[in-house]
Amino acid sequence: MRTKASLGLKLAAGFTLVYLHVPILFVFLYAFTTESASFRFPPPGLTTDWFGVAWQNSEIRAALGLSLRVAAISTLIALIVGTLAAAAVWRTNFFGKNTLSLFIILPIALPGIITGIALRSAINLGDLTFSFWTLVVGHATFCVAVAFNNVIARMRRTSPNILEASMDLGARGWQTFRHVLLPQLAPAMVVGGMLAFALSFDEIIVTTFTAGNQQTLPIWIFSSLVRPRNRPVTNVVAVFVIIITFIPIIFAQRYAQRAEES
Amino acid sequence: MTTDSKGPTLTHRIARTLHQRPWLKVLLLLALPVIWLVGVYGGSLGALLIQSFYALDSFSGAIGDSLTLDSWSQLFTDANVAVMVRTVGMAAAVTVASVIIAFPLAYYMARYAHKRVKALLVLAVLVPLWSSYLVRVYSWKLILAADGIINWFVERLGMRRALQFLLETPFIGGPSLSISLFGQFLVFVYIWLPYMILPIHASLERVPGSLLEASADLGARPAVTFRKVTWPMAIPGVAAGSIFTFSLTLGDYIIPTIIGDSSPFIGLAIYSYQGVAGNLPLAAAFSFIPIAVMAVYLTAARRFGAFEAL
Repeated sequence: MRTKASLGLKLAAGFTLVYLHVPILFVFLYAFTTESASFRFPPPGLTTDWFGVAWQNSEIRAALGLSLRVAAISTLIALIVGTLAAAAVWRTNFFGKNTLSLFIILPIALPGIITGIALRSAINLGDLTFSFWTLVVGHATFCVAVAFNNVIARMRRTSPNILEASMDLGARGWQTFRHVLLPQLAPAMVVGGMLAFALSFDEIIVTTFTAGNQQTLPIWIFSSLVRPRNRPVTNVVAVFVIIITFIPIIFAQRYAQRAEES
Repeated sequence: MTTDSKGPTLTHRIARTLHQRPWLKVLLLLALPVIWLVGVYGGSLGALLIQSFYALDSFSGAIGDSLTLDSWSQLFTDANVAVMVRTVGMAAAVTVASVIIAFPLAYYMARYAHKRVKALLVLAVLVPLWSSYLVRVYSWKLILAADGIINWFVERLGMRRALQFLLETPFIGGPSLSISLFGQFLVFVYIWLPYMILPIHASLERVPGSLLEASADLGARPAVTFRKVTWPMAIPGVAAGSIFTFSLTLGDYIIPTIIGDSSPFIGLAIYSYQGVAGNLPLAAAFSFIPIAVMAVYLTAARRFGAFEAL
């Protein structure tokens, strides 16, 4: 039997929710302020002009395009590497299995700065030039963990019997993979991919170390925070980033829930 | 059926070969992940460690070819030790505050929220966890600014004296909230809080309601039940959450760059040794401080059952 929550508990839980969510709402408000030089509250007036200004800014558009491309390609690579790793680890034992699992998790378990600095020094040691592809390598490295975790969790809930049943019914290995295993894994791959995309799109630390003079959207935001310039435009870009990361997260959550229920 | 490999199709032959040699299948699956993560990533980490033992040529600023422990001994100068103490202190304070703020919500979610509300609350915690870290830090720049949101509310509520007192407090205070250690602390807690709520919630979910009723039936007051039943069962979750809040605070350099009195943290020190100072061996040596601290922390957390609660 559940008794009702006490008022004190409700207030404390409510406070935590407010603390978690209200700050972001202010970013939305400030995207409309007419004040362009300070963070004055309340805004002296509201306008939608900054959205147009931001959209006209070619630097921002280039940064947005780069961020989207890096996120898309890193996600794709992470899904391939993560799924392969999950398939290898699932139901098999081999020497160094725990070590591999450790190395998959390490890029998100270690502080980003360590991953970033290690990759940067390796790129320098190898005399490689910093480019779009060094960014992709950095991002894919920490995205693998997300893809792997989602796929392996799904595999653990998949009964090996269905694969055997498929084989017994005469399906070849490829057919079993295509018609039995893949449909089982697809939801987990979609969710993992969405989360990896959101993670990559807004990553700043590893990005700083693996980029040459490429400017992703987070790098653009960060540089305009450190040296304040066009404040209202920064607010608009911030709103944009929230929305772009919000969509895949909500989608992934919905998808995961539906897969859970079915 | 013939025993030679004249199968009907090439794919059939490949499939049969793989079926007969399961180790080959695992090897093929493993090749790319191992090359990428152990080879490239692990190799980079290894190279970083090795570089910390090389001397920096003071004229050219290039890494020389003589081995030395210089970087490691420079690591323990007073200034650097102060940086480590400040960072670990902040990480500890953030962790404790996160537990206090996370617990009521996690408890409400696990014990009182009905199915639909609970799903909604889990989403409400997950969204900030995944959504833009940088923008979430930025939002506090608006809130803490001298002419910003908090100050406006403080004025309206007539609490200016209290804020003044806080800002004048040595060490945690500063000219304004956005350039004080206290402001920085608020941001750290805000950013990492979801990582604490979820594991505590998960461990509280495993506390059966009947256990709490039994405790009450046996005459324990709610406070006693909490202390003797709920809290001990929540400890693995708290320990698991603290791994995140502690580790993430330890390595962060973005928050101290944007908010705070620009006193250096470990992440910031690594960043500037690597970048501005161009002293990669020292930066490399410094990188292993958070790793060492976390290794110690993880060993301790394991004893509290943190890994079962992850």
